[in-house]
Amino acid sequence: MALLSVDNLSVSFVTRNGTNKAVNNVSFSVEERQITAIIGESGSGKSVSCYAVLGLIPSPPGRIDGGTVYFQGQDLLALSEAELRAIRGRDIAMIFQDPMTCLNPFMKIGDQLIEPLTLHKGMAKGAAKEQAIALLDEVDIRDPQAAMSAFPHEFSGGMRQRVMIAMALINEPKLLIADEPTTALDVTIQAQILKLIAELQIKRDIGVLFISHDLAVVSDIADQIVVMEKGKVLEGGKPKAIFDNPQHPYTQKLLAAIPSGQKATNPVAPDPLIRIKHLRTWFTPTAGAEPVKAVNDVSLEIHRGEVLGLVGESGSGKSTLGRSILRLVPITSGQITFEGMELSALEGRALKQFRHRMQMIFQDPYASLNPRMTVYDTLAEPLLLHGLVRTADLDQAIRELMDNVGLARTFVRKYPHEFSGGQRQRIAIGRALATRPEFIVADEPVSALDVTIQAQILNLLAELTKEYGLTMLFISHDLAVIRQIADRIAVMYHGKLVEQGSTAQVFETPQQEYTQALLAAIPGANAA
Amino acid sequence: MLRFMFVRILQALPVILVVITATFFLVRSAPGGPFDQEKVVIPEVKKALEAQYRLDLPLHEQYFAYLGDLAQGDLGPSFKYPGRSVNEILFAGLPVTAELGLYALIIALCIGVTAGVFASLRPNTAQDYVPMSLAMIGICMPSFLLGPLLVLVFGIWLDWLPITGWGDIPGDKILPAVTLGSAYAAYIARLSRAGMLEILSQDYIRTARAKGLPEWRVVTQHALRGGLIPVIAFLGPALAGLLAGSFVVETIFQIPGLGRFYVQAAFNRDYTMILGTTVFLSSLIVFFNLVSDIIAAWLNPRLRHHFQHGGS
Repeated sequence: MALLSVDNLSVSFVTRNGTNKAVNNVSFSVEERQITAIIGESGSGKSVSCYAVLGLIPSPPGRIDGGTVYFQGQDLLALSEAELRAIRGRDIAMIFQDPMTCLNPFMKIGDQLIEPLTLHKGMAKGAAKEQAIALLDEVDIRDPQAAMSAFPHEFSGGMRQRVMIAMALINEPKLLIADEPTTALDVTIQAQILKLIAELQIKRDIGVLFISHDLAVVSDIADQIVVMEKGKVLEGGKPKAIFDNPQHPYTQKLLAAIPSGQKATNPVAPDPLIRIKHLRTWFTPTAGAEPVKAVNDVSLEIHRGEVLGLVGESGSGKSTLGRSILRLVPITSGQITFEGMELSALEGRALKQFRHRMQMIFQDPYASLNPRMTVYDTLAEPLLLHGLVRTADLDQAIRELMDNVGLARTFVRKYPHEFSGGQRQRIAIGRALATRPEFIVADEPVSALDVTIQAQILNLLAELTKEYGLTMLFISHDLAVIRQIADRIAVMYHGKLVEQGSTAQVFETPQQEYTQALLAAIPGANAA
Repeated sequence: MLRFMFVRILQALPVILVVITATFFLVRSAPGGPFDQEKVVIPEVKKALEAQYRLDLPLHEQYFAYLGDLAQGDLGPSFKYPGRSVNEILFAGLPVTAELGLYALIIALCIGVTAGVFASLRPNTAQDYVPMSLAMIGICMPSFLLGPLLVLVFGIWLDWLPITGWGDIPGDKILPAVTLGSAYAAYIARLSRAGMLEILSQDYIRTARAKGLPEWRVVTQHALRGGLIPVIAFLGPALAGLLAGSFVVETIFQIPGLGRFYVQAAFNRDYTMILGTTVFLSSLIVFFNLVSDIIAAWLNPRLRHHFQHGGS
């Protein structure tokens, strides 16, 4: 008998705008000592299904319309809130996506860790603490004793996720629900956490329900895969079957959208468009404190017409490098030249006039557009600011931009919140292109997007660079994405450039240890 | 930490100086003076009085002389109560006003936090609407209306509580404290509701629920601390406001506190008294703001860390 068996579960959210069926007749199961993965994009209902298992759906507006959730022979949906509470955190534990926000910032790690023990087993604080320290040690937290009295902000994201895992496992649950546990983490950390979960699952004999949007991540660890879209289960089966022989068109589309392949190298101009020499961008958080060396002595050339992929993990200084080139942050020392012209010396009007030749696309299409400006206003602003078109020609220029980024012309009077993430990123790209720039810094432009949308935006960017003859610095933590779009790759680590070379060179014969580690951490290597 | 406090106090000095200067010249620009009364004073006597209080000097000299005295902690003699200094009068009234303010604050906190937390647990239901509507009424109702209303209901109709005085009859402190505290209770209720709603939607609250904690423990152990930070930050300004704003309540209930001297001083053109009270109260406001900032920072482990490891 399955450890957890969900049958015909339906959940809807009742709001003023009507009823939204988030989960529609969904069935799946988790066998003992196995990992079942649910795959789906945002809005597929994968998380809602799992929260429903634990009765964690806020109600209202959530409502469970039907179905059964059998766990160890009892229907969880038929239990009272008090009975469910006794199961939560004891027999079924959960870890969440974002370890930065899932731990209480006001409580010591130790106090949060022992809570499940004192709560469910009535254990005394002292004994609970000893057990917690042992467990912290097991999830590879250095100096567990000290960690107990630390606050969450003193730990990195990966460390916090380890703490979350320890907290979930402390009562030795039978089932662990993991909701995108590695999505917010860097690729090397992600690999470590996945390994930890897989190890603990075997060592402690637990069933795992693993939710992810990333097929590649899941392919390495899952025993069963369930694919969900728009609240429905489309297909399920062994990972090998899903990867080799996907039945449903959506699954095929998902697989096709996984960034793969490598860009054919195109010839680049011999003269660099941008030349960076010994660039340093340091931040001093408070007077007298040790400066944060975000970019530390970087020299780099970007040739006209090429896409340079800049890879690095969070905190490596890759975004700061991009912003330094555009003069969006003050640089500490060094030289940046654009077509032989010294950028670091430009000030005031000269700088403003120069700005329209270089633009930026940001990661978060939700935050980088002004919510009170229509698409028309957003696109018109740079055109008018830089005096690039006359008012009479404005409508025509904006229509062309909309066409180029693949947005229907009828959308022009809408506001950002009326668009999906992919459409918003198209608007942001349109805004960047409006001034006919020669150089674009794209800072993680697809990281916040679902995988099928990500594929569309990458194609759009590739087309536009060709059409506009753009030079681009493409910043990403995702090597597969970089490989697909970049001609050359530069790898950053702790503010320094550790390696650069053509895409083929870096992927096939990485020279530096760090680059090798990055490449080894790419998930899904086993499945391909 | 010490450095932070020191910098904040330094920043406050110019603020207080501006307050002194503005008050000094505004008071002087108002028509009339401390010795202009219906009763005609003989010119020689008036002249002698003005000389005694330095009123015969040019205005800017008076100003600098006042600043000089102030730097030594001397707020000058009262013009209206001969033989008594402003310092004496302030310190006579302060304990009464402070006591009243303290009771009002306690009432405001008890009612406000309870109502706000209660409302935040079921937003947009009757449990939310009823206390929040009451809070809105509490904010809108001025104390000169609420005070007499309470007197009418509890003092006269029900005859439960005394209606004037301070410390003379048991229970005579209740009505003034409630009157003064209610507006703040309402404001605190709204602050704690907003703070709690924000915290209750955080991911770590979901984590706490996933552990199987009962809802009351989720609220008290995980949500309250973060949810009440806005309230703590408001306590400083509230306490200062309670001290400075108590004169209406003191007048209604005949309480011999600071506020009544303040109002009378304004009517009497008692220059030094007005100035002294203003300086004193604005210093209190600055001080309480500083204290509440420090407490709020101390409650937030991220900021606390910052303090302990240097930095401003």
